[in-house]
Amino acid sequence: MSARQILTGALALTALATPITALADVVRGEALFRPCRACHMIGEGAVHRVGPDLNGLVGRRIGSAAGYEYSDDLTEAGAEGEIWTDETLDRFLAGPRAYFPGTNMVFRGITASEDRAALIAYLSAEGGAPDGAAQTGGTDIDPEIATILEIEGDIAYGAYLSSECTACHRAAGGTDIPSIAGLAPSVFIAGLLSYRNGTRQHLVMNALAQRLGDEEIAALAAYFASAE
Amino acid sequence: MTINRRIFLGSTVAITTSLCAPAVLTAQGRPQVVVVGGGAGGATAARYIANDSQGAVDVTLIEPTRAYYTCFFSNLYLGGFRDYESLGHSYGTLAADYGINVVHDWAIAVDRDTKTVRLAGGGSVPYDRLVLSPGIDFIEDSVPGWSLAAQNAMPHAYKAGSQTQLLRAQIAAMPEGGTFAMVAPPNPYRCPPGPYERVSMVAHMLRETNPTARILIADPKESFSKQALFEDGWERHYPGMIQRIGPDFGGGSVEVDAQAMTLSIDGQVENVDVCNVIPAQRAGSIAFAAGITDGDWVPVSAYDMSSRADPEIYVLGDSAAQGAMPKSGFSANSQAKVAANAILAALTDARAFPARFSNTCWSLIDTDDGIKVGATYAASDEGIVSVDSFVSQLDETAELRAQTYRESIDWYTAITSDMFG
Repeated sequence: MSARQILTGALALTALATPITALADVVRGEALFRPCRACHMIGEGAVHRVGPDLNGLVGRRIGSAAGYEYSDDLTEAGAEGEIWTDETLDRFLAGPRAYFPGTNMVFRGITASEDRAALIAYLSAEGGAPDGAAQTGGTDIDPEIATILEIEGDIAYGAYLSSECTACHRAAGGTDIPSIAGLAPSVFIAGLLSYRNGTRQHLVMNALAQRLGDEEIAALAAYFASAE
Repeated sequence: MTINRRIFLGSTVAITTSLCAPAVLTAQGRPQVVVVGGGAGGATAARYIANDSQGAVDVTLIEPTRAYYTCFFSNLYLGGFRDYESLGHSYGTLAADYGINVVHDWAIAVDRDTKTVRLAGGGSVPYDRLVLSPGIDFIEDSVPGWSLAAQNAMPHAYKAGSQTQLLRAQIAAMPEGGTFAMVAPPNPYRCPPGPYERVSMVAHMLRETNPTARILIADPKESFSKQALFEDGWERHYPGMIQRIGPDFGGGSVEVDAQAMTLSIDGQVENVDVCNVIPAQRAGSIAFAAGITDGDWVPVSAYDMSSRADPEIYVLGDSAAQGAMPKSGFSANSQAKVAANAILAALTDARAFPARFSNTCWSLIDTDDGIKVGATYAASDEGIVSVDSFVSQLDETAELRAQTYRESIDWYTAITSDMFG
């Protein structure tokens, strides 16, 4: 019996009620989720960070977590009624940009289908059902992000600062260096904060973000939000 | 308040139609900026000044070549990872979409009293602010036996273009088991094209086509940037192929004979099949003609890249003695943005912002084995100083090395569109 079959329709999975094979998947999925933690939270106390809070993901409408500013592609898919199911998640995790070219998720995808299944098993077990018991505080915003969101960004200063970004980031985006034009301020700020505090590791971005003060991040966020 | 939205936004360029009229007419009443040199410093400065001023400043770019071939990634062409055409860029967009007067000529003199630049073709161009970004020239006789007259027999390939093509052709024509020699430059030198990435790319090419060939480096320097990473990579990918002779063993005491095709290291004469001579370097000759050099380079203020001898002349990139930044295209691009902001603040009502700089240099060792080094920088009275720096690690995963290489390809596309629009 595959993990997929076990998971079908079993939104209220808990470790205790889960057969051994699926439990093994959940355990492996937790390990696979580790790199995702640079941007996503799941479980008790989870809030939106660079990516949305993933509690209640499996079974909810795509692009629908309250308080998170999605790319147009995900918002539109949700508006058309598309749901995050094992199948849609599998497709997304195989290659996020192949599914949603406009997604802001900077991730190349997981090649092995059994790894994707394990990750989905973990997301389902840990995040619970939509609006279920495990979905906590999905609309809360990280206080560090909220602090910078309250600063009115100086767009002219942001335009000047942005010239440091444009040496590597193009509006059209690349295969590994994404476009940052048009990002929602909360997402943009969360991204820079994750590099500034080291939750996300990247030699160049860590060095650049570490010398950005809150005012400068707010200025850049205001500028890039105005960019289409 | 007018917000100067950069082209990054993908919005249309706000250039008034009057810019399409002849230059003599359009220059009337507008402050004039002349930029000499259309590389990473000059092209970027011209584009940012033209775009951010939205036509309020008249920008002239003087660059002898019609197609610019980037030094960065030219080593990848030697290794077979890029084709030659992919290194070439035209000034068409800067002229057509940004209203920059692109003049294909050599700037041969600067009259600082009348504030004019004289051109080899006979004309002269007046300026309110002058930007010099001429790259490097070679110091004559720095490698005994070598001169520019010998550059066809022993190419430098340190200004990208036909020299790079020549070097690649010579590598392809090496006899089986032949010797590729490099005379490495002393500090400070332009980089990219990095000598040690070049060695890696030549080794990659030879491993495919001529695996018994050897590579000999005569190096006057004790050590070089990313040395541990390169030496580790050479050992893993090209074991036994590369021999570097440092100054302890006479690597700084060389002489070449371009007719006999020999390289003498500390008196010991080697017959070589290809000899890539990278001489010692100095600021481009227009900087000397302008009379603003001190020694081999142009001292500048770290706050705005203006010459210490003449604050109305800004010097970018390789030619500047600015402090801690390497002589890379990335550095020149970063410095250009600081200078552009300072120039716009001086000539228009644009706001001046504090200088900030950064640099990253990627290098490819072999297929999907990319490394990088970089830093952030700030201005000080003494010059540009490093704030924080980083470098790839020896124990990185193959996936991270592959990602670093892919990232460098994205960077190439981004920086060339930042330069040329």
